[in-house]
Amino acid sequence: MTDSVVETPPFDIEKIRADFPVLKQTVHGKPLMYLDNAATTQKPWAVIDRVHKFDSEEYGTVRRGAYFLSEGATRHFDDARKKVAVLLGTPDPNEIVFTSGTTQAINLVAHSFGKAFIGEGDEIIISNIEHHANTVPWQVVCQERGAVLKVIPVNDLGELILEEYEKLLSSRTKMVAVNHVSNALGTVNPIKEIIAMAHKVGARVLIDGAQSTPHMKLDMKVLDCDFYTFSGHKMYGPSGVGGLYGRMELLKDMPPYVTGGDMIQHVTIEKTTYNQPPSRFEAGTPPITQVIGLGAAVDYLQAVGLEKIAEYENNLLEYGTKLLNDIDSITIIGTAEHKASILSFVSDAIHPHDVVTLLDQDGIACRGGHHCAQPTMQRFQVPATTRASVSFYNKYEELDALAESLKKAIKLFS
Amino acid sequence: MSYSKELYQQVILDHNKKPRNFREMEDSTHACHGFNPLCGDDYTIYLKVTPENIIEDASFMGSGCAISKSSSSMMTAYLKGKTIDEAKVAFDEFHRMVTGDMDPEKEEHHLGKLKMFVGVREFSSRVKCASLSWHSMVGALDKNESITTE
Repeated sequence: MTDSVVETPPFDIEKIRADFPVLKQTVHGKPLMYLDNAATTQKPWAVIDRVHKFDSEEYGTVRRGAYFLSEGATRHFDDARKKVAVLLGTPDPNEIVFTSGTTQAINLVAHSFGKAFIGEGDEIIISNIEHHANTVPWQVVCQERGAVLKVIPVNDLGELILEEYEKLLSSRTKMVAVNHVSNALGTVNPIKEIIAMAHKVGARVLIDGAQSTPHMKLDMKVLDCDFYTFSGHKMYGPSGVGGLYGRMELLKDMPPYVTGGDMIQHVTIEKTTYNQPPSRFEAGTPPITQVIGLGAAVDYLQAVGLEKIAEYENNLLEYGTKLLNDIDSITIIGTAEHKASILSFVSDAIHPHDVVTLLDQDGIACRGGHHCAQPTMQRFQVPATTRASVSFYNKYEELDALAESLKKAIKLFS
Repeated sequence: MSYSKELYQQVILDHNKKPRNFREMEDSTHACHGFNPLCGDDYTIYLKVTPENIIEDASFMGSGCAISKSSSSMMTAYLKGKTIDEAKVAFDEFHRMVTGDMDPEKEEHHLGKLKMFVGVREFSSRVKCASLSWHSMVGALDKNESITTE
């Protein structure tokens, strides 16, 4: 390693890596170095084994079968909801709604909350560094309900400008929807402050937590959060599952988003009455196995410890930032003071797509593109960036390899 | 030779650094904007076609990766002097080559040195980079204002 002041990981990194079987392989003859964790994370044996055991021994439908398998599956399913509630810091598991992921969770709130609380001339505030999943649903709600979309600008470091945010807030503001961590830049937004400022004018807040949930300790009650969304596949669990934390007093007043079986109390041909949350928002058979896998992923994260994870990932970020800053033609996009372990960068010499193809030849998996955040790219006037997103199973040596491979690619192109 | 060396041959790197026909064309008879929403490659192709259906001039402007830029550069050079029918035949051959349906070493074709893009077939995520401007060229001939690869 190039830096002698590297901090020792707060856990046995080789033992952690042995938990993730996918990391053992070679790609193009080189050891796989997986640095696309902001897109999706790999799964530990704890999740793989739990899903395998559930599917091979315990699988059954939930919430309706009065027989052994179904009752067991329902118990495991409810346990997973409790685990997620503890992870997010809410004492009430009924404040956790399972969805297919963050995108569906945001759509649920946008449409359901929108129907109940947003009208003509009302305002919704997002930021300039949102994922399309936290942009497009609000655009649609604005179009449908005659509301107006306002955007918090960011400074050149990629930080939200809170003075400008304050100016946007008024009694017309009904919803503020921002991410906790920007997937394209890594900025960690000051959401406690953002939430408090919104509450002062009576607005509600949705936090897109897709990037933050697996990387830091969270507490909905301390944050005084109204809605918080997450994705299973970004927190070492299965894809196809994720969810929403929603403040119960709000969920209770929100209409269903998707309708059908499971979310009803009583149905006649003339009229239907709906269940209480969370089942009001979980129509149809849920992704049962995926929820069980998500519960196992939460157990795994808790066992490793989110504080340790955050500490080590921050050290990796600092180390990687220094390495990239030392390469002449590379510019890091997103240099906020408070960042999560995402390194987004461009080079004068070589386009991100060529970078990722060449990195792949060295076994390094990185993302090149707009990261589903085109307004962010427009703000920084780049068509795309290369993004290395680091997890607690990554090593300092992998960042060394990334820097060396980048230098080689730049040399080829100059 | 590794796959990446086959993809990033010196000629391709050279066309990326010094693209030919890299200009707008004020007196074009056909133009089409091509965009790949997945990766952001963004080019406009300009053609000047004579009443006898011969492509007298071809050029392009825009931004994107080395594969899309060098492909656009070499395509515009190739097209000059070709008939519309010849251009469409070349599009078909090029497209089949980069998607792996035509082996330029084993089958007859009219691509000449454009066959160096055969390496793209090993990189499924890059096929659209190589073929974007070709789609735009056909779009221009068909009088479309814009195309996307999605």
